[in-house]
Amino acid sequence: MQQLHIEANQLTKRYGSFTAVDGIDFEIAPGESFGFLGPNGAGKSTTMRMIAATSLRSSGSLDVLGLDANDNGPAIRAQLGIVPQADNLDEELRVWDNLFVYGRYFGLPRKVVRQRADALLDFAQLQQKRQARVDALSGGMKRRLTIARALMNEPKIMLLDEPTTGLDPQARHVLWDRLFRLKDSGTTLVLTTHYMDEAEQLCDRLVVVDEGKIVAEGSPKELIRTYSTREVLEVRFGTAKNEEAAGRLAGIGDRIEVLPDRLLVYDDNGEQALTAVGERGLHPVTSLVRRASLEDVFLRLTGRSLIE
Amino acid sequence: MTELLEPQRDREQAVAEYRRVRRWGWWYVAEHRIRSMRNYVGSLFIIGIGSPIMYLLGLGAGLGVLVNQNQGDNAVDGVGYLEFIAPALLLAGVMVTAAQESTFGVFGGFKWTPIFLGMRDTALTPAQIVTGFALGTMARYVPAACFYMIAMYAFGIIHGWGGLLMIPIAMLLGTAISTAVMAWVSTQRNDRGQLSFVERFVMTPLTLFSGTYFPLETLHEGLHWVGWISPLWHTAELGRLATYGSEQTLWLTVVHILYPVALAVAGWFLSVRHFTKRLTS
Amino acid sequence: MTDVRPRMLAGLYARNTRSVVARGMRVIARNNWLIIVTGFFEPVFYLFSMGVGLGALIGSVQYHGVDVPYAAYIAPALMAVSAMNGAVYDSTMNVFFKMHYAKLYQGMLSTSLGPLDIALGEIILALFRGLLYASGFMVVTTLMGLNLAWTAIFAIPAALIIAFGFAAFGMAITSFMKTFQHLDFVFFIMMPMFLLSATFFPIDVYPEPLQWVIMAMPLWHGVDMIRMLTTGIFEQAMIYHLLYFVIMIVVGVFFATRRLKALFLR
Repeated sequence: MQQLHIEANQLTKRYGSFTAVDGIDFEIAPGESFGFLGPNGAGKSTTMRMIAATSLRSSGSLDVLGLDANDNGPAIRAQLGIVPQADNLDEELRVWDNLFVYGRYFGLPRKVVRQRADALLDFAQLQQKRQARVDALSGGMKRRLTIARALMNEPKIMLLDEPTTGLDPQARHVLWDRLFRLKDSGTTLVLTTHYMDEAEQLCDRLVVVDEGKIVAEGSPKELIRTYSTREVLEVRFGTAKNEEAAGRLAGIGDRIEVLPDRLLVYDDNGEQALTAVGERGLHPVTSLVRRASLEDVFLRLTGRSLIE
Repeated sequence: MTELLEPQRDREQAVAEYRRVRRWGWWYVAEHRIRSMRNYVGSLFIIGIGSPIMYLLGLGAGLGVLVNQNQGDNAVDGVGYLEFIAPALLLAGVMVTAAQESTFGVFGGFKWTPIFLGMRDTALTPAQIVTGFALGTMARYVPAACFYMIAMYAFGIIHGWGGLLMIPIAMLLGTAISTAVMAWVSTQRNDRGQLSFVERFVMTPLTLFSGTYFPLETLHEGLHWVGWISPLWHTAELGRLATYGSEQTLWLTVVHILYPVALAVAGWFLSVRHFTKRLTS
Repeated sequence: MTDVRPRMLAGLYARNTRSVVARGMRVIARNNWLIIVTGFFEPVFYLFSMGVGLGALIGSVQYHGVDVPYAAYIAPALMAVSAMNGAVYDSTMNVFFKMHYAKLYQGMLSTSLGPLDIALGEIILALFRGLLYASGFMVVTTLMGLNLAWTAIFAIPAALIIAFGFAAFGMAITSFMKTFQHLDFVFFIMMPMFLLSATFFPIDVYPEPLQWVIMAMPLWHGVDMIRMLTTGIFEQAMIYHLLYFVIMIVVGVFFATRRLKALFLR
């Protein structure tokens, strides 16, 4: 059995009287792709910063690559590639210089740094921009540069905090493609996200976090199987009428959730549920049958939506 | 339901609201500035009280001893050294504050916290934004000028009603500086350090060579032009006239008033032009 | 993998300060060398204005019983003030901005660098700037004939000592700051120091208790130390000035190191 890459026991972070991360346990094996899923403020970013040893834990234990995170920041980070939630590129330097200087922060020789900077510009598809100013790059380009930068030290573990938040769909797909390649090459990926599709696409295993606690753990498929039906029927009756309609739908499907703008009917067969709705003499303004997603898992576990 | 989503406002009411913005828009902008200053009213207050005491008693009185020792008691412009520099110190403070607020406030308003872009998307006009911003800046330097004036009375540096004129003079200088700085800063799209450049090569020399700490005549003749183009020198001369009735020919007094006024007017027009260009392009 | 570093610093220091310095030099070389170089003009403007203009009104000042021309009296003070201002600006405002707005340190701390590498790097860069300004200023004062003794050359290292003391303390103080407004308080302490520390006139114009307060503050020691060097008028106080700064540096570095976690690893 290989040594675990990351191991946390009762990991806790308090800021004054506020507890951001509340005694969580998790283990991440080499080569695994692991996700933290949860709404904003759930404690995901704080956990990532503790793994990177840029935030010191208040209690519990946290070992990264066999080293205690509180005491070995530099040694741990030498093996990490960190992609923060908001890009923090060096705006005073140009694109290529950003990679070069960053590589030197790891104490790598100039020659190695130059070679890697060139190779990673290719990887990030930014060769034409090598002399550009950072503030002139588009959001997707900045994100790719940040990821290229994080790869300068050929890390064993990549920490990606909300890697595609704020990007347009096309830029997201380009980025996912790059992350798949990393995954294939055996890099351990640790990511946070509040996007279902991202978690489903990229994570082998994930934990659902809410208010600093882990509320569920498993592969995306397992989680959906455990906490939801296979399909979901979404119906809208108009803002004021949803609540009333929900009462009249009782008994259809496994479970019904009332959201401010729509009703969710959980049933392994969505079309059947829709027929049943019609049979009760109800005519929704719109209806949609879809596959269940992690959003449904989250709703089930916390009673709240992931994106507020 | 319908009232909420689609208010059937009658036309008259809409026109009336629009007229109100036409007339009072500048004040809404100024109010915005003043509101955001409330965040640091504490430190403004401490600095407002502290700096007159420090500059007048610390610097003025200390230097005064040396100057009077060497020159006799009423040797600088016919008065003691402290009386001579007090009005200029007040105005130098106004100039620095107005310049800083307009430099970083205006640049930031386009770039860092783009409040002007938000204002543009309302019924406000660029002219109202410029006017409102310049007025809002007053909320920073007028109270500071008042503290200075009070300190000057309290320390017995000035007597009589003339000293009260320091406040309108401060407003004249502040407006001239605000609008002139705005006219320039609003053309700057990226900060590559030129903002602090201006502070370093325009504002600091203007403070130091505008007859603030010593009469302009003391300087080499080749440097007198710095005073002539400096609104600080012109207004400081006005301040000296107001506080201790320094000798001055009438036409010079007129120039001292007209120059900052002209600067303020020109600065205002240019600022409006640049704001319009920047906000509508 | 054997780790030879002392355990206490393992989480803070990666012995790679030079990469932080190299980054700073690269930025200066590519971007803002002009801004850096022009910073030297500020004390020079003061020297011309106060030294020459005000000097015409004041003539000379007694320093330890010797008449010193006014410009030669304030030149060393301006040098000390410039060393203080540069160091404080770099270790407070600049650090605060890079931390919270430019997020530069966040990027550095995504690498194997530790907080101590960054702090030392920033201090070295600040000292480098200080060295540039002090040397430039020395050239100007020498050309103006304001250096009255050959010992003036030691004013340059003296300025660096002053800068180091203030930079270490400034860094520690920045670790307590939460908003930009807190910086106002730093400048509120610096303003009276600048105005009162025998910068523009001897402190004996003040009542004795106030003189003691001024002499307790670091800038007065810096001013008097450089003034002794440029005028060649030495008193025993020189030893106390040096001692003052040695203690300030030791305490400042200790204090700043203790606060590094609070500053960088929140």
